[in-house]
This record gives sequence, structure tokens and C-alpha cells, in this order.
Amino acid sequence: MSLHLILFLTFGAVCVAGAVNLLAQRHPINSALSLIAVMGALAGEYLLLGAEFVAAIQLIVYAGAIMVLFVFTIMLLNAGEEERTKGSRVAILLGVPGMVIGGTLVAWVLLRHSGTGSAPVGALLGDPKTIGQLLFHEFLLPFEVTSILILIAIMGAVVLASKPEATQNRKAR
Amino acid sequence: MVPLSYYLLLSSILFACGVAGFLIKRNIITIFMSIELMLNGVNLSFVAFAAHWHRLSGQVFVFFVMVVAAAEAAVGLAIIISVYRTRETLNVDQVNLLKL
Repeated sequence: MSLHLILFLTFGAVCVAGAVNLLAQRHPINSALSLIAVMGALAGEYLLLGAEFVAAIQLIVYAGAIMVLFVFTIMLLNAGEEERTKGSRVAILLGVPGMVIGGTLVAWVLLRHSGTGSAPVGALLGDPKTIGQLLFHEFLLPFEVTSILILIAIMGAVVLASKPEATQNRKAR
Repeated sequence: MVPLSYYLLLSSILFACGVAGFLIKRNIITIFMSIELMLNGVNLSFVAFAAHWHRLSGQVFVFFVMVVAAAEAAVGLAIIISVYRTRETLNVDQVNLLKL
């Protein structure tokens, strides 16, 4: 077993454990923390794939900025433990075997029919310079479109989260 | 060397956990986090394919997915705040009317 495989399995185990913990926990803050663990382990996987810049951005933007937004909202709304509601029995009876069959099928197809070759560590250069050149030459139009998207998102967030009275005052004026 | 299929399997497990969380969780914030989990699973398969075919386009796409996730988180959490303001609950079972 190579070191690469051992690292992959370690990070993968953390990922899966965090994802399952996200489902198992009832308090949203615990789910948020396990999601941060998943994102950190995924950054490790990206490093193994030679995508160092993506790994750094994953930690800074995803595990940093976006999750801070989540934790901030949880604290702002004082979210407590969620109440369990009873699911229907038909859903469990049909859903669990369906999930097992579907999962086995996907695993079988992936392990059997996909290419087995993989890139050695560090073969692909994912450094900021190369990515920046690609981003600002070939992907310039999508880049500009996403900048408009994020501008609209900023305005939408401000409008939605502002107090209703403030909006009414503005209308009255 | 790790085969591509292992990465794809891990990515599909993460995506499936996200779908399961989206369906079984009742707290609207946790449902949102499940969506982030799904996006992360997709990102992993993008990066794995980029490494497999020696194309950096896959890694560039991860950035676009991240931007969309950030925009979605900002707008979605603002919606959650305004839902909480009008209904005083985060349980999606009690948010069943379009208009109050």
C-alpha cells in the first residue's frame, strides 16, 4: 500500500465520517462543525490530486467564509435542536432497499468500468499562475458572468435580510 | 497512485449523504448545509477528472462552483432570516404556506 493510497483513505474516512455525522447530529451547530471537517479533509484530497490552489481556496473560501456565514446565521437565529417528525413507513420500506441497490450499482459501475490509471502526485500543475492564465483567457466570459451573478446575489441578500419596516419607509418616502 | 474510480466513489458517497440530508433533515439551515455537501462532492469529481485527463479546466470549474455556492449561501441565508422573522420557526414542516 503506497503512502498516496494511505493518505487518500485517511482523508476519505474523515470525509465520510463527517458527512454521516452531519446527518446524525440534531443540533445545527454540530452539523456545521462536521461540515467544516469534511471540507478540511477534502482540501487534503485536492492536495493529493495536485490541485494546491484549489485546496487553499477550499480552506479559505469554503471552510472559512461560507461556513462562518452559516455559523453566524445559526447564532443569529438561536437555532435549537430540530424536532423529529415521523417519516412514512412506505418511504422506509422502499427507500432503504432502493438506496442499497442504487449504491451497490454505482460502486460496481465505477470500480468496474472506469479507467484505473491515475496521475502520479504532482504531475498536474495546479499553481495560481497557470490557473489565472486559464481563467483570464479561456474562461474570461464565464468569469465576468459570475461576477455579475455575485453582484446580484449581494443585492438580493441585502434586500431580503433588511428589515421589512425599513423597506416600507423607503416606499413611503 | 490512487485509481480515479476511488475518487469518484468518495464523491458519490458525499453527494448521496447530501441528498439524504436534504430529504431527512427538518432544520432549514441543516438542509442548506446538505446542499453545500452535494456541491463539495461534485467539486471532488471535477478535480479528480482534471487530474485524470491532465486538463486544468476542471480546476477552473471548481472556482465557478464555489462562487455559485457562495452566492447561494448569501441569498439562501438571507431568505432563512426573513422566513424566521415572519414565522419564528426553522422547522420546514411548519413552513408550508407561500403567503402569510
